[in-house]
Amino acid sequence: MGITRNRGPLALIAVGLFLAGCASTAPEEDTSTDVSLDTKEVVVETPKEMPKEIQPTITGGEKVMISKGPGMGTETLDGIFYFDFDQAIVKRSGHSELDKHASVLKGNPSFRVRLEGHGDERGTREYNLALGERRANGIRAYLTAQGATRSQIEVISYGEEKPAVLGGGESTWAQNRRVAIKYSN
Amino acid sequence: MIRLELYLVFTALLFAAAAAAADLRIEVTQGVDNAVRVGVVPFKYPTRSSLAESVHEIVDADLTLSGRFETLPAKQMLSLPTRAENVLARDWRLQSVEYLVMGEMERQEYGFRLRFELYNVFKQSVVLRQVIEGTEDELRDMAHYVSDEVFEALTGIPGAFSTRIMYVTADGPVENRVFKLNIADADGYRRQSVLTSNEPVLSATWSPDGNKIAYVSFENDGRPAIFIHDLQTGFKQQITNFSGLNGAPAFSPDGKQLAMVLSKDGNPDIYVLNLENRRLRRITRHYGIDTEPSWRADGEAIVFTSNRGGKPQIYQMLLADLSIERLTFEGDYNAKASLLPDGSGLIMVHRRQGIFHIALLNLQSGRLRVLTETALDESPSIAPNGSMLIYATQVDGEGILAAVSIDGGVRFNLPSSEGDVREPAWSPQKTKIFRPISP
Repeated sequence: MGITRNRGPLALIAVGLFLAGCASTAPEEDTSTDVSLDTKEVVVETPKEMPKEIQPTITGGEKVMISKGPGMGTETLDGIFYFDFDQAIVKRSGHSELDKHASVLKGNPSFRVRLEGHGDERGTREYNLALGERRANGIRAYLTAQGATRSQIEVISYGEEKPAVLGGGESTWAQNRRVAIKYSN
Repeated sequence: MIRLELYLVFTALLFAAAAAAADLRIEVTQGVDNAVRVGVVPFKYPTRSSLAESVHEIVDADLTLSGRFETLPAKQMLSLPTRAENVLARDWRLQSVEYLVMGEMERQEYGFRLRFELYNVFKQSVVLRQVIEGTEDELRDMAHYVSDEVFEALTGIPGAFSTRIMYVTADGPVENRVFKLNIADADGYRRQSVLTSNEPVLSATWSPDGNKIAYVSFENDGRPAIFIHDLQTGFKQQITNFSGLNGAPAFSPDGKQLAMVLSKDGNPDIYVLNLENRRLRRITRHYGIDTEPSWRADGEAIVFTSNRGGKPQIYQMLLADLSIERLTFEGDYNAKASLLPDGSGLIMVHRRQGIFHIALLNLQSGRLRVLTETALDESPSIAPNGSMLIYATQVDGEGILAAVSIDGGVRFNLPSSEGDVREPAWSPQKTKIFRPISP
């Protein structure tokens, strides 16, 4: 079983998922059982009747785990990308991880992600909402440039309304200026 | 049937309000140096009746909290006159009391009649004498009315004690925040929660008549939408559901239009929705962030925040020709501006040496004045009398509301017992207006 439970409530989504190499043989048996987007971790579990080739398991949130199928191991990707104050520029240090997300999305056209943009508590709330959207748009532009399809990606900004960490000070603010990549199907 | 339900809800709210103490508490942190000495003499109440509210104590608290008056404790009063004829001026002069507020309540068939006077001890003359009537449920309103009348007679500025404050609270751990949109009297009493949600609610604003509110809520699957809520009927309507931002609603001065921020066309821009024919007009077109629209009192211009120059600054747009003028040049972060009722100045969030304050920009002289001494100050909202503003700040890492007079002379905090408090919006109208009847 490819369940990955890190923390928080768990949502199971039974889907047929295939990496690019075997996409042409994908059976059409996508049946959702329960979906909750309001969780820190989203686990995509493959159903028992899945063919034996490649079975990815995906979680969303702080870490995204791509299970490549039985015996194939997993790949863990960062699910959070950080930004500078009043900036929406995607940092170069995040490019290699974003490249991996882009290739997962490109290889799995049924995958959907929600990019949640956030800001720190400084500055005004509506300006931070706009800034959070810019940050998420920046990530979206990067992913689509690397081969993801725009329709796979939804952008939502929460501004400073949903901090990852409560409190003040530069280290707290830095953790809150972020975009979270959350997978669903 | 609907009428009955509304009545029940109303009664329940009144009951809850009467049972609960104020959730916001006011602490004056700075008053004027030359505070006027006033004695609010305990009113004479009908015998054998225990009133739900002590009207004179509310008046005393109002005047004290305004920061402009110093009241003489009732315990120190040598006599308790209820009308000018019974005042021994010498006693009060000895205690340096300049003015007296006196009153007497009588029970009527359906409530109470209050006769009150404002008396000038030094001139030995009556400044104000009025009679008003109200129900038992309106005792707090009657008290705030007295405070407003006294305040205006002594300062020349209309009082704002009969107004209300809307604000948002957020409580609980990060993964399980509870957001509430609340409305309370300006002194923090009679709080009602208009909305309780597990998703953010923000940018609440009043219609000009005070009967409706608009706000942004993420209650629909975590996506933002603008709602208008009619406070009189309880009817709540979702106004927008565009992809992207749906934010920063602002009613026009005539209440017929709603300015807002949408990013459905790719970028945060300002739009104006005609609430009568539902036509949507896009008024800014820029690849930068345009947000936080606020109307000029004549309805012909909108001030807004834009980072089109690289950093957030305040701009003004004339709606007739969509021409844009930049208003702020001092500092690298100016946002969330609103014009004073007389148009003479701009209240906004201003960053100075990395610290966010509330500042007043005098549009005639160009002089910018920082009004607050706290940090992380935001969401300034001007009282309908134009003399005070309320804003959100932080004390010991927790969001609280604070207020400061436009001249910076009076300051007070409104601590709360309910977690993080933010985004105050001062009601544009008085809650209740009493028509004085001749004494």
